[in-house]
Formats: sequence, structure tokens, C-alpha cells
Amino acid sequence: MGDIAIRVQGISKQYRIGKKERYKTLRDTLASTVTVPFQRAGRLLRGEGLDVAERDEMIWALKDISVELRRGEAIGVIGANGSGKSTFLKILSRITEPTTGFADIYGRVGSLLEVGTGFHPELTGRENTYLNGAILGMKRDEIDRKFDEIVAFSEVERFIDTPVKHYSSGMYLRLAFAVAAHLDPEILLVDEVLAVGDAGFQKKCLGKMGSVTKEGRTVLLVSHNMGAIAQLCARTVHLEQGRLKCVGPSAEVVSAYLSSSVGADVKSSWFADSSKPNHAEVRFSSARLLSVDEQPLSVVRFDSAFFVEIAYAVLVPIRDLSISYKVHDAQGNLVFEAMDTDMPEWKGRVREPGQYRSICEVLPSFLKPGRYHISLGSFVEHVKMIEKQESVLSFDVSEVGYPLNPGRLGVVSPVLQWKVIG
Amino acid sequence: MEQNVQVIRIERSRGWVALQLKELWAYRELLYFLIWRDVKVRYKQTALGVSWAIIQPVFTMIVFSLFFGRLAKMPSDGIPYPLFSYAALVPWTFFSHGLTLASNSLVGSANLIKKVYFPRLAIPIASVTSGVIDFVIAFIVLLGMMLYYGIVPTINVIWLPLLLLITFITSLGVSLWLSALNVQFRDVRYMIPFLTQLWLFATPIAYPSSLLSEPWRTLYSLNPMVGVVEGFRWALLGTETAPGPILIVSSLAALALLVGGAFYFRRLEKTFADVV
Repeated sequence: MGDIAIRVQGISKQYRIGKKERYKTLRDTLASTVTVPFQRAGRLLRGEGLDVAERDEMIWALKDISVELRRGEAIGVIGANGSGKSTFLKILSRITEPTTGFADIYGRVGSLLEVGTGFHPELTGRENTYLNGAILGMKRDEIDRKFDEIVAFSEVERFIDTPVKHYSSGMYLRLAFAVAAHLDPEILLVDEVLAVGDAGFQKKCLGKMGSVTKEGRTVLLVSHNMGAIAQLCARTVHLEQGRLKCVGPSAEVVSAYLSSSVGADVKSSWFADSSKPNHAEVRFSSARLLSVDEQPLSVVRFDSAFFVEIAYAVLVPIRDLSISYKVHDAQGNLVFEAMDTDMPEWKGRVREPGQYRSICEVLPSFLKPGRYHISLGSFVEHVKMIEKQESVLSFDVSEVGYPLNPGRLGVVSPVLQWKVIG
Repeated sequence: MEQNVQVIRIERSRGWVALQLKELWAYRELLYFLIWRDVKVRYKQTALGVSWAIIQPVFTMIVFSLFFGRLAKMPSDGIPYPLFSYAALVPWTFFSHGLTLASNSLVGSANLIKKVYFPRLAIPIASVTSGVIDFVIAFIVLLGMMLYYGIVPTINVIWLPLLLLITFITSLGVSLWLSALNVQFRDVRYMIPFLTQLWLFATPIAYPSSLLSEPWRTLYSLNPMVGVVEGFRWALLGTETAPGPILIVSSLAALALLVGGAFYFRRLEKTFADVV
């Protein structure tokens, strides 16, 4: 109980970034051995500094991270993209070395930085299960024992002996996650891999993660999914630009993170081009909230309806596309999710390439007064996830028009009709 | 709750790094799976399947027999030229294939290296080892050829496993140097065909090493494949050139390549995930 599972002391990681390619050719290196002295001499003669043109920029991806994880504890790691979360996990997984500092790991570590690592398209599901299991660190007899469980969890029994190149991406991800989920290490490091598959499968994954923590294993979970973090982890670490911003009880840290990351007066967001390949089908361009008379807003009265407008570009004809958004409250609870295919007209239809806006009307007298955050998603139900944008907008529901007591409990606060008979 | 838990300390390593062979042994199951994967994948969905293993040495032998054997009338230590060259080509193909595959193995497994921890030495080792099956098949063809020419193997065939081991060590040793270099300098991979071509002619495959006089011959056996090839021919076909001193020099050279390669590889290993 008091035992330490991981002790991190002053871990820092420096990377060289710059104009130079990360890898070079031997030809270039040999050539520059000859030319560089002449270049330096030239610069000297011209009176320029020697260091300027040659030095690459060094950045600290992580700086001075110290934290202790107790055995059996589940700790979350949150932060904006680029804050160093994945680098931190990579160091603890021994994939890359820290520049300074050290970490002591007590126990066998299993790292889930990606699902399906090592999966080969020519091999069957069965063969890939063994291969992936071995890569993740499972012994052969362990995989034998758990094989049936893994296949049942993944729901691909019928296709287990077909080469995975014939699998749909949904099946592929489910099998990959099923193998990973049955890893049995004392310490589990997980990097945002919960976001695979459709909602039903995600729920299963979350459930499996939850049972892992209950079994007394130490878990370090990196995620953007504040709901998962709040649900699974007792403590959370917040990284910002490589530094430890704070560490403490999950509810507090998550709440502080959400309030700081998106200002309340942001009415819309514009998305830069994403480089992920799946995004070539549908790309979000903006999102904003509108009042009933179509004015952009960031604060809405409790008793008034409002609209969530999501603008996106469809780049290839796509059937059964769903555009969805999730609303999280300030504690990280997922209040509700809505998708445009909830309207039966759009189910089974093909959206041709073009600019679209999906506009959703949110009920009045429903959300409790407070701060909320919206995340966007685009996907094809049961098949694949296309894009996710977490916490892109926030808004406030004000107490104006709130008839109930401000201390009312519950995540939502509808005003319901009652009849008293007596 | 008293538990004998091993502690792993993660920190920056400096300079030369220990080989950690014990850890490699602990990951031997993964090594087995990597080899199994390489072998399985190589032959799935290929039309000619396993016969690819013999096409290269057989065709090379045919070309050599025509041009060196017939045209140039190269001496062949009293053995029919096709058999003479093929017996050398069998271990040679194992060596050069292993080298070609293993040199790019790290870059080819970039996704594994960036996402999973395991001793990276396993990757080139798996690449070289996966060629053993090809070797066995080519060797069976060799036995067939010996039958055809009516040549009986001598008692010295007991040396064959050792020779195979030396080939393996050489192939792995050079691969460790090259695969580590290839991560940093991507054009190393394109130098491999050139390197193997040169090496082929620096090895007595198309010609006998008896063409060279001492002390050049012993110096020349710093190329470990010299010892292997002459040893193969001596053990199987009974050539007169007993390769005692040659074999010793070759074995030492092979070991030096392996040990040097292993340490160099381990020293560069920490940069792999960041650079690959």
C-alpha cells in the first residue's frame, strides 16, 4: 500500500530541432567534412559569428518532472498537444532516454503506446495475436491461456483465421485493443489508446481499464478524454509545455485544466489543416454557438434554447457520416453527446463533397448553470473514427431564468412537471 | 508486504553500453516470433514460394560456370566447376541475404522501435536467422548435385555446423554495424548491393584460393567468408586445401566483427527511437 511503483526524479528530455534533416546521408556528411572548413573560414573572414548558422535549436520536451506513483494507484496525465505527455510515457517505457534525471521502476511494465504495433497485414488474426502479444511482452503460454478471452473480447471470432489485411479498420482496432487489454503487467502505461472503435467498444475498453485498476495494478493513463480520466484515476498530473503544472486529485486538476485551456469568450474556432491521413475525408472548419436569432454567443440563459453550429468540408463522397459533439461540464463529466444522424433523414445517405454545416438545437431549461466545454467528432458509425477535436469551445449557462435552488444536485437540471395527488 | 521486486533505473547512458545479453535471453520468445514472422511473411502470397531460396545461387552458379568455368577455364581444385562454385554459393547466399535483410531491418521496424521496448539487437538477429531455412533448402540441392556428380562427402562434414556458425557470426557482425549506421545515414542501405558484389569477388567463390600464394593467402583470409567457403568445399567435396590457418584467421576476424558490431550497435541504440 505504501510501496512506490514508480519514482520519477527530475526527468528532462531535450530534442534537437532545426533546419537539418533528422537523418542524413553518408554522402552529405562526407561532402560537408570537406566543405565545412571552407565555409567557416569564409564566415570568419567576413566577420560573422561562427556558431550562428551551424547551431540547431534545442528544445526541452520535458523539464524537471518529479512525481511518485504508489503501487495500485491510477494516475492520469493531461495537457495540451505538445505538452510532453507522450514523451514522458516513452521515457518511462524505455523507448527513449532522458537527457537528465532518472526514474526508478519497481515491477514489470507493460506499455500501450499504440494498438496493433507489429501487426502484419499478411498474417491472420490468430498469428497477429501471438505476434502482438509477444511484442507487448506476454509469454507464449500466457497468450495460449488468454487466447479465447482475447478473441471473445474483440468480437472477430469468425475471421480470426483470415489475414488481417481483409479486416475492416474497426475489426483491426478491436482485435489490437483486445490483445493489449489482456496484458498483465504490474505497471501499465497507456497513451490515449482508449479512443478506438465505436462508442460501444469504447465503453467496453473503459470497463476493462477500470477492472485493471481495481485489481491493484498501477496505471498511468495519458488521455484527452476528461471523462475517462475523472472516472479511472484518483490523481492527475497536468503537463504544460514540458513542465509539471500541477498534480492532485483528478476532479480539481481536470477542472483547472479545462478552465484554463479554453477562454469563455471564444465564440468559434478555426481548424488548421490536419496532417492525419483519415482527415482527408472530412475536415472541420469551424464551430460556434448561436442564439435563437442566429447571433453568436458564449453565454446563454438557462431557460433559452441555443444552437451548436459545426461547419465542415466533405472531401470525398461518404455514406453514413455522422457529425457529433460532446458536452462536458467543468468537472469533466460527459453530460451528453449528440450526432446529426440522430435525425433519421440522414441515416444511410451519402454526403457528396462540399461545404456543410450541421446545426443542432439544444433544449432550453436543461443544462445546469455553469461552464461547459464542447468536443467535436466525425465518424462512420461502427466502422471508423475520422476526426476528433477535444475541448474546442466553451460556453456558460447563466443563472438567469433558473427557477430552482442553485445548490441543486445532478449533472443536468431539467425543470420537470409534477402532479401531486392527494 | 514483502516482495522481491527488481528495480529498473531509467537514466541517460554515456559512452559504451553493456551488451546485456541476459536481457536478450529473457526476450528470446519475442526473438522467436520475429523470426517466425519474417519467414512466414517472406513466402506468403509468392508464386514460386520456397523455390526463391534456390533460384539465386543456382542461377549464379550457371552464369559462373558458363563464363568462368567454360570460357575463362578457371581451375577448380579438381572438382567439376558447377559443383565447385555452387558449394561456395550456398553459405555465401546465406551470408549476403542476411546482410541485405538485416541492414535495413531497423528502419523497416521503425514503428516497433518507436512504440515498444525490447532489446533492439533482436531485430537484426531475427533477420539473419530467418535465412537459415533458405540455407537448408539450398543445401539439399547441393547434396543432390553431389549425388549427380558422384562425389561422396568426407568425414570432415562434422565441421559444417561450425562453418555455418562462422557465416552466421560474420553476417550478423557486419549487419550490426550497417543497420546501426543505416538509422543515421539512410543511404547506407543503397551501398549494400555494391558491397556484396565486391565481397563476392573478394571471396573464393568463382575461383579457388589456391590461386594465391602465401603469405597473401593467409592475409586474404581476414575475410571470414574465405575460411567458410574453403572449409565448405574441403568438408563436402574433399578438396586438397585443408584450411587450418585460413580458418583460424577467418574465425577470429568474424568474432572481431561481431563483438565490435554489437558494442557499436548498443552504443547507438539509445538514439534509434529519436532518429528512425
